[in-house]
Amino acid sequence: MTDPQSPMIDLRAVSKWYGAFQVLTDCTTRVKKGEVVVVCGPSGSGKSTLIKTVNGLEPFQKGEIIVNGVSVGDAKTDLPKLRSHIGMVFQNFELFPHMSITDNLTIGQVKVLGRSKDEATQRGLKLLDRVGLIAQKDKYPGQLSGGQQQRVAIARALSMDPIAMLFDEPTSALDPEMINEVLDVMVDLAKEGMTMMVVTHEMGFARKVAHRVIFMDRGAIVEDCTKDEFFGTARSERAQQFLSKILHH
Amino acid sequence: MDWKVFLEMAPSGGMTYLGWLGSGVVWTLTVSSFAWIIASLVGGFVGVARTTPVPWLRAIGTVYVEIFRNVPLLVQMFLWYFVMPEVLPKALGDWLKQDLPNALTLPFAAQFSLWELTAAILCLGLYTASRVAEQVRSGIESLPRGQTNAGLAMGLTLPQVYRHVTLPMAFRIVIPPMTSEFLTIFKNSSTALTIGVLELTAQSRQISEYTFKTFEAFTAATLIYIVITLTVTFAMRALERRVAVPGFIAQAGGH
Ligand SMILES: Nc1ncnc2c1ncn2[C@@H]1O[C@H](COP(=O)(O)OP(=O)(O)O)[C@@H](O)[C@H]1O
Ligand SMILES: [Mg+2]
Repeated sequence: MTDPQSPMIDLRAVSKWYGAFQVLTDCTTRVKKGEVVVVCGPSGSGKSTLIKTVNGLEPFQKGEIIVNGVSVGDAKTDLPKLRSHIGMVFQNFELFPHMSITDNLTIGQVKVLGRSKDEATQRGLKLLDRVGLIAQKDKYPGQLSGGQQQRVAIARALSMDPIAMLFDEPTSALDPEMINEVLDVMVDLAKEGMTMMVVTHEMGFARKVAHRVIFMDRGAIVEDCTKDEFFGTARSERAQQFLSKILHH
Repeated sequence: MDWKVFLEMAPSGGMTYLGWLGSGVVWTLTVSSFAWIIASLVGGFVGVARTTPVPWLRAIGTVYVEIFRNVPLLVQMFLWYFVMPEVLPKALGDWLKQDLPNALTLPFAAQFSLWELTAAILCLGLYTASRVAEQVRSGIESLPRGQTNAGLAMGLTLPQVYRHVTLPMAFRIVIPPMTSEFLTIFKNSSTALTIGVLELTAQSRQISEYTFKTFEAFTAATLIYIVITLTVTFAMRALERRVAVPGFIAQAGGH
């Protein structure tokens, strides 16, 4: 269905309104296989909304989104199936509080992918080990620190063997001392060639692994350029102001 | 005070006044338990319906709650018992009033028929369902919206998200308010006496009328109500502890 050249995620002039308020205006961008794209911009500029349109969590009214050859906006598209191979990591972790860490890691594999409980547990624990939390396997989310919960959330997304990962400000709810343990996991993922779309203000992460940086303002993509271009001579004045603001914090 | 009055033979039923009291307890428990089953099933569905993204389901839920919650329980009791048989097709109405009462003779010296009992249970159950529905709805709505998104994002369908994510947490959150609804149903079951169901309150009134031992009759009833409600409270607390989520502190409000 997809030739290797076609983008993994392809947004074509996507627009979205909440009533009369336009949240997204003609957003166009592509994410190739293995590419890491960082999305930044001021609060309320539509970053979360944009990233949620990619896996159909937010409907949109105009334009087209093609993920791995499948049209997200098409009413005939099997959204649960599409979502099952796009991992998503949220600002507030969103682990399921009433399930043990192991159950959090297996529920999707068992209920969506139809894996056996044993197979799912094996795969889940391997990923838990990878994020350095195997000792916590029988605990509950409420017993873990924020940084640990977010690492479990990443392992949970990976347990579905995703072809791409979406991150929505994965470190902005964390205490500063926990940010790096999460970023380290994400850097490793990027280095292994995972296709990633990451909403974040962690410019250190962007410098280290991003291929491209997208800058959004008031629902529109105002910058979409390579990392070097972005950090070199970010073209729009808004992007420059934004950069100087967050880099001085 | 003369507590020995309960050991005297009552004028009917071939039992002592204590027997009458016992019969009242049985019917209070019967009405309350069956009404609770209806209330939790119907209330659960209506409450969930009001949280779905499906417009017609939400509408049905809203209409249900507004109707049943806003008409006084006593009025609903009369509507079920006196008015419903008249507005139903004649054959069905007649069946309710004439055949259902004779379908079987109720045990425990009941001095009323299956029709009074059915009307009381339906009325109390469907009324309480509207209150349960509101508790279920606010329980679900107090959960962070991101939980649903996280479930959907991993490929679960919306019904699967309800089944595995939303409802298990909502269930835990609604146990305390459900305890109070459960207690209310016992207290409200006394309104069934207005349509002739001789439950605990009615029996104590009857005992007091026959023996003039008003203090003893109503003290006994009060003690029994207290024992029932304490039992329920302790049982629900035990359930709450059993299903408690380690490390989870319920947030007030939600996102
Ligand atoms: N459900 C909603 N209804 C109306 N407006 C919304 C809703 N969700 C988000 N918005 C608005 O859309 C804009 C973009 O929000 P969001 O995508 O969350 O921004 P960001 O993630 O960049 O901070 C904001 O102005 C926000 O207030
Ligand atoms: Mg956001």
